[in-house]
Amino acid sequence: MPDPIDISILSRREFIAAGAAAAALAPFVARAEDPAPGTPAPSQKFKDDFARIAGSANPIEGKIMVDLPETAENGNFVPITIAVDSPMTDADYIKAIHLLSTENPAAHVATFHLSPVNAVARVQSRMRLAKTQDVVVLAEQSNGEMLISTTRVKVVIGGCGI
Amino acid sequence: MAANPRIKLPETAAIGDVIEIKTLITHVMETGNRHDKTGKPIPRDIIHAFVAKFEGKEIFRAEFGPGISANPYLAFHMRVPGPGVFEIAWTDDHGVTTVATAPLKLV
Repeated sequence: MPDPIDISILSRREFIAAGAAAAALAPFVARAEDPAPGTPAPSQKFKDDFARIAGSANPIEGKIMVDLPETAENGNFVPITIAVDSPMTDADYIKAIHLLSTENPAAHVATFHLSPVNAVARVQSRMRLAKTQDVVVLAEQSNGEMLISTTRVKVVIGGCGI
Repeated sequence: MAANPRIKLPETAAIGDVIEIKTLITHVMETGNRHDKTGKPIPRDIIHAFVAKFEGKEIFRAEFGPGISANPYLAFHMRVPGPGVFEIAWTDDHGVTTVATAPLKLV
């Protein structure tokens, strides 16, 4: 945590600016240092696989629609549909969709390779979820940019044979 | 062991249509994390590679990890370039490839 700011020595303008900066950081600080009980924490395997797949790209949120149940009764069998908003032309298409899980024993669930011949960037499958966690989808665009989407799924009975 | 590969296509399609190709194969997708009754680990045995071709040309490919459910189901799309036959290949950890074909009926 940064040192607490001594309000008495700040002007009114500085005080407001400092407050805004602290408010902007708050969600990240809360996530990094003060996880609520039962909040999923990404595994080291997830961090490694994510770093390997994302490379030097800085993934941007948006354009990905992920359809997953809010609560999965059976973690062995969770239907998932991924659709990415893309014209899928030779000039602009989705090259690959990567599916990751933050707390499965094997974080990298699947990779789907696409090209303009597919016309729409949409895939459907069924995945395993060992417990309540986040499902992370990375979509690789033809210009090298990366898109990201994160979906929390509550799991009642875990999968993956654990 | 993979068995019973299935490909589901629309009954008919026209050139230029975007169609959905649904695929399914019977396979245990053993994760490698489980143990048998005697406590011995059950070795990993999954379908790890999926390749779809149309008229011999690759149109879609996927890699699976143990996080894909047993009896892997996968659906994807293609814009119909003309008449032809789909050829789908699933490869497991033993290196065994199971292939299924399905002709696309044009209107």
